[in-house]
Amino acid sequence: MKTAEEILAAIKLALPEAGVELVLNPSPSAQHSLRLDPAHAVAVASFLRDDAELALDYCSNATGVDWPSKEVTEKVKVTKVVDGADTAVEETVKRVEPGYLEAVYHLFSMKHAHREIAGPVVLRMRTINRTDQVELPSLTPVWRSAEFQEREIFDLFGIEFTGHPDLRRILMWDGFEDHPMRRDYVDPDDYEYEPTAHDEVLKRTAEHKAGVVA
Amino acid sequence: MAVEPDLKIELGKQGVFVTTVSEIYNWGRKNSVWPMQFGLACCAIEMIATTMARYDLARFGAEVFRPSPRQADLMIISGTITKKMAPQVVRLYNQMAEPKYVIAMGACAISGGPFKQGYNVLKGIDRYIPVDVHIPGCPPRPEALIHAFMTLQAKIDAQPLTGSERPRHLDAEAQGLFPIPEQSAHDLEPPVNRLVWPLPASSKPAENCG
Repeated sequence: MKTAEEILAAIKLALPEAGVELVLNPSPSAQHSLRLDPAHAVAVASFLRDDAELALDYCSNATGVDWPSKEVTEKVKVTKVVDGADTAVEETVKRVEPGYLEAVYHLFSMKHAHREIAGPVVLRMRTINRTDQVELPSLTPVWRSAEFQEREIFDLFGIEFTGHPDLRRILMWDGFEDHPMRRDYVDPDDYEYEPTAHDEVLKRTAEHKAGVVA
Repeated sequence: MAVEPDLKIELGKQGVFVTTVSEIYNWGRKNSVWPMQFGLACCAIEMIATTMARYDLARFGAEVFRPSPRQADLMIISGTITKKMAPQVVRLYNQMAEPKYVIAMGACAISGGPFKQGYNVLKGIDRYIPVDVHIPGCPPRPEALIHAFMTLQAKIDAQPLTGSERPRHLDAEAQGLFPIPEQSAHDLEPPVNRLVWPLPASSKPAENCG
């Protein structure tokens, strides 16, 4: 098993236009991942599968991640004119980092299974935003095992996979409109009877009671 | 009208068997309850074990698991009911012929269990259809299912054939069909059948928990 850096170098050699980035994982596991540009994702995925050295022929897992928009507070050094002289002043700047949806794929090689396995090769793809531009290319044509899992991501996170052979909801029913695994999903208010409520459920039960009384 | 137990025993010693219509009718019913062959989740594995040689549900006259609701008397709700599956469960129950009984097996079937606040999990099947016996456990052991089955038998045995407590199949007015919930944009519609599951009186939020 090669490291993410070595795989990145191999991709850059074979497909210089692909625009693959390394996403570092600062935790002790150091399980770095490769972020694919959606426009070239299928080409890169095909390369990873077909390359004799890598032969990542097995996609064991595909899942989604929801990254909501968040407000970031930063301290920026700004040069200002104070009393006729330029002075470096620290200013606190607030800005909103736009959110996006992410699809994550875990790859292994069945062909080279006898080699030391340090963990899966992790691929990531990000959508442009969380609302209207949520298309990503489907990797099901490359790894057949991604089919149901991409349907699950579509169902629970709302990422639309272009090129998927059968993109329908898989856990929820067809008429369902929400995406339950998104951070901003609010489940229906059926907290009328919670005999052992605590934490979040206790809060929701109290809100339900207040709503009924009001 | 029941026969006095002492008199019955005394007559039995003399070789005379005395019974009532309701006793022999219910005796026949309770010893030939055919469950429906369907499982929803992991509790179904325990249900299958209950029917096999080691636990042998056949001793109680319930060895014939019918693959059709038309031929079944008992629905064992064995597992998590997802909101996607709930309308089908109610539909199957409606298709069963009277008299029909329901055992809700396991934590999920009675309340949603460990998945209770899940986005696709119904908080207990008793919100849509009447349940005769609830079994807690995750999953309940086969002994617990056998106990539930014996509880159901005792319940059948105690049913009078006349009066307001009589079983539904002897009551021409009784409603045996239950509304099938619709799968709407955000939740099942309606989320609960109030005729089956009236809001418990003690539905205040617990204040000394958590």
